[in-house]
Amino acid sequence: MMTNVPFIFSLLLIASCFLCLYRIFRGPTSADRIVAVDILGILVVGFCALFAVYTPRKFFMDIAIVWVLLGFIGALALAKYLEGKGFDE
Amino acid sequence: MNEIVVILGNIFIVVGLLFDLLGCIGLVRLPDVYNRLQASTKCVTLGTCFILFGSFLLMGFLWKAILAIAFVVMTSPTGAHAIAHAAHRSGIKLWKKSVVDRYEEDKK
Repeated sequence: MMTNVPFIFSLLLIASCFLCLYRIFRGPTSADRIVAVDILGILVVGFCALFAVYTPRKFFMDIAIVWVLLGFIGALALAKYLEGKGFDE
Repeated sequence: MNEIVVILGNIFIVVGLLFDLLGCIGLVRLPDVYNRLQASTKCVTLGTCFILFGSFLLMGFLWKAILAIAFVVMTSPTGAHAIAHAAHRSGIKLWKKSVVDRYEEDKK
């Protein structure tokens, strides 16, 4: 019986990421793919938090903060692209 | 005291992981862009906040985790709102069983 707790936690997050990847590959419109990419970026933050706990290296939490802000900028840029405007307006 | 904090941290992480998984199931199963956006964004934001709070408890009250929670809570709904606004303005239709569209009524 394998009771490796970080392995099971990572497996649940990896299952969530594969559901997002299914929506990215399969999505009928481009808005579906943009939503799935945004959600995948937030899931990576959870991965960084788990890594910061179970490999005791605290810099993963810095990576999580930076990943949140860059994901936000990416979501805004993709929304502008979807709306069909230029980036300077 | 210390063992109670560790057990509470693990419970927070498990609840957050379940929220993440259910949000991604909603992302796959729901019929429309707007339904998918609503289900997945709310569930995944709350679930990631729970994971970060659990790691805050497990890492000896590391304040950067609280900062990350603040950034997630501020930025994730804003990005989701921008994506929904752009999807509506780029002309993506609602699901055929949707009953109300206030934004379309306001534009007329």
